[in-house]
Amino acid sequence: MTQVLDFVPIWTLILGMAVFFYVLLDGFDLGVGMLFGFAPDTASRNTIMNSIAPIWDGNETWLVFGGLGLLAAFPLAFAIIIPATYFPILAMLLALVFRGVAFEFRFRDGERKTFWDHAFSYGSGIATFAQGVVLGSFIQGYEVTGRAFSGSSFSFLTPFSILTGIALLFGYGLLGAGWLILKTEGDIQSAARRHGRVCLVAVLVAIAIVSIWTPLTNLAVADRWFAWPKTLLLAPVPIATAAVAIVTWRALGNSQAQVMPFAGAILLFVLSYSGIAISLYPMIVPHHFTLWEAASSDRTQAFLLVGTLVLIPVILMYSSWSYWVFRGKVRADIGYH
Amino acid sequence: MDFDPVLLSRLQFAWVIGWHILLPALTVGLAAYITLLEGLNFVTGRQVYVRVSMFWIKIFSISFGMGVVTGIVMPFQFGTNWSRYSDATANVLSPLFAYEGLTAFFLEAAFLGVLLFGRKLVPQWAHFVAALMVALGTLLSSFWILAANSWMQTPAGYEIIDGRFFPTDWLQVIFNPSFPSRLAHTVVAFFITTGFVVMGVGAYLLRRDRSAEEGRTMLSMTLWLLTVLVPLQIFLGDHHGLNTLKYQPAKLAAIEAHWEAGRRVPITLFAIPDEKTEANHFSVDVPFVGSLILTHEIDGEVKGLKDFPADQRPPVAIPFFAFRIMVGCGLVMLGIVLLGGWLRWRGRLDDAPLFLQLCQLAIPIGFIAVIAGWVVTEVGRQPWTVYGLLRTADSVSPSLTGSDLLISLLAYVVVYLFMYPSGVLLMWRIVRIGPATEEPDAAIEAGRPKAPVLAGGHVGVGDGA
Repeated sequence: MTQVLDFVPIWTLILGMAVFFYVLLDGFDLGVGMLFGFAPDTASRNTIMNSIAPIWDGNETWLVFGGLGLLAAFPLAFAIIIPATYFPILAMLLALVFRGVAFEFRFRDGERKTFWDHAFSYGSGIATFAQGVVLGSFIQGYEVTGRAFSGSSFSFLTPFSILTGIALLFGYGLLGAGWLILKTEGDIQSAARRHGRVCLVAVLVAIAIVSIWTPLTNLAVADRWFAWPKTLLLAPVPIATAAVAIVTWRALGNSQAQVMPFAGAILLFVLSYSGIAISLYPMIVPHHFTLWEAASSDRTQAFLLVGTLVLIPVILMYSSWSYWVFRGKVRADIGYH
Repeated sequence: MDFDPVLLSRLQFAWVIGWHILLPALTVGLAAYITLLEGLNFVTGRQVYVRVSMFWIKIFSISFGMGVVTGIVMPFQFGTNWSRYSDATANVLSPLFAYEGLTAFFLEAAFLGVLLFGRKLVPQWAHFVAALMVALGTLLSSFWILAANSWMQTPAGYEIIDGRFFPTDWLQVIFNPSFPSRLAHTVVAFFITTGFVVMGVGAYLLRRDRSAEEGRTMLSMTLWLLTVLVPLQIFLGDHHGLNTLKYQPAKLAAIEAHWEAGRRVPITLFAIPDEKTEANHFSVDVPFVGSLILTHEIDGEVKGLKDFPADQRPPVAIPFFAFRIMVGCGLVMLGIVLLGGWLRWRGRLDDAPLFLQLCQLAIPIGFIAVIAGWVVTEVGRQPWTVYGLLRTADSVSPSLTGSDLLISLLAYVVVYLFMYPSGVLLMWRIVRIGPATEEPDAAIEAGRPKAPVLAGGHVGVGDGA
């Protein structure tokens, strides 16, 4: 087939968006899941649960699409990254199983209520930590021979990947606090504001450490950020991060600000995400394969693109509709009771 | 440690997909049934349909939640354990999986929230549309997954470059030779599975003489449905068998435990197949019937396992017995349906306690048949992941060790053995409480009745039978 159009940038964009949507959407509901563990009584636990009950599995669907999108658009990357993170992915999947069924089981299973409450918050935490570990090991790169991962199933475990794991706990916690401020009132909201501030500080510390650590250990990344005049071009990213951090901190403390804490948390994720993208582009398997080398055939990308371009807007439309139906503060009479 | 990563990876895949498939087997049918009930209520205005629907929505919501989380596990298995298979087949198969995500997963997930919680937030027609979309989503999901599965059985529309598959014709890839008959056979199997669950629960409610009207509605509706579907399924299964004979003769030979090729072959009702001596022990044969059933001609030629090199044969005993279990279930189903039809004709359907008890016992029969059928088709595909082209042994992730697998398999076993019984227990509790019998004014508001314990006696957990 003659090359008419390079699909790789298009798929990079689509997949980048899909993964980001996942991080954002499941991010806040995993975060809510962790904060749920700190709720003092059954009533507030129920309200917190109901704030995400109608939408959580729609959010998790982006994980499936992210995974399958990676398989479809960049199969070589999928075939290397996923076996290389065998155990974090195992932990994530099993944690998501526990957390997912807890939505249903918690309300139906009277006697074991406390067990499923714990399953919900710990499941959320473990899944988040595992995703952070995957992210850290991805940034650091994998041992590759030929077209396959050739390291050990435990080589994902490094101080750096543990750091990113912890960082994501606070990151999702911040998103979750933002969501709860948006969706609840009174005591639950005030608690979310306090938790949000703790998470924000931790997130900023983590961003700072990662921003120093990565260029120190990876020359390509250092070159990307610190070679003049690129530094000038990229300077807005850290500056914007600092600005957003300040605004978010203030919004968390201002009891009138309902939307701003969540918006601020989202912006911090946008900035961190673009920071990682800028550091790694054009590699999809850092140190080994670029997006183009890992891409699937033109026919494959074209065939899937046709449907994706039609379906993604439709999906966004009806997903927004389902968020719209459940808009506003959580009502006591909707959802699980 | 000396554990074989290939064997353990196969066990792990069988474990996670075997449990997972039970849930679509229920939710595909339930989604359609709920849509039908909502539609009937919309048209006739009869409240009993809403009560039955709300009852099954509760069961559906639990099984769907379990289906989602066990379903998310599946695509990751391709990467964690079968990375060489993924690398080899992704160009052809990945769009099929991705289209499942795009068309089915999102559709189901977005409208599920409205179906479960939105009854009072949206107009009735929109709630019905939500049910319809969820049902459509489950069917689209079956479509794409079975297209991919069928391609692994009967690959088409591809070329091989450097040991990897590349697409040449997408229509051939999707509508590969075994896809239409497999899709029909599987979806009907899912409907039948649900049918026996609904019928059995209806029979239980009738026997208990509480919520009798709801129980009668369930029993009567599904008995009609099964009267059509069970015979249809026998026809479809036969058709699917012809397809296997044509495209996967080694699998068929294993199913029938035929070692020698021939015409006028017998059907083996029972035997202990022995792969070492390439013969059957204790076999009970009926002459000529094998050719008649398999080829629809008394003189038809059927291949034997010895026509294939030993390293290209599937295991024999597993498909052989699994097939007999599946067919056995089918015959029992047919018997129940015929008996039910006769009782209905005599006007004695309601007070035939033995029949009701039989229906109750038959609740799991569809699941058994589905698992058996799935074992037949997947074990029969061995030793290949892509039939005749890519070996299972060459598909596994090269980095995995036996002990990695031991840890992960054990983790999956423990978690699933804990989660599934919990889920079944909860569903059983909902069944025991039964549908709301009075006008469901209060309960209808929130889309589903309040949870027993937290609602403080609104439905009341203590008054279950």
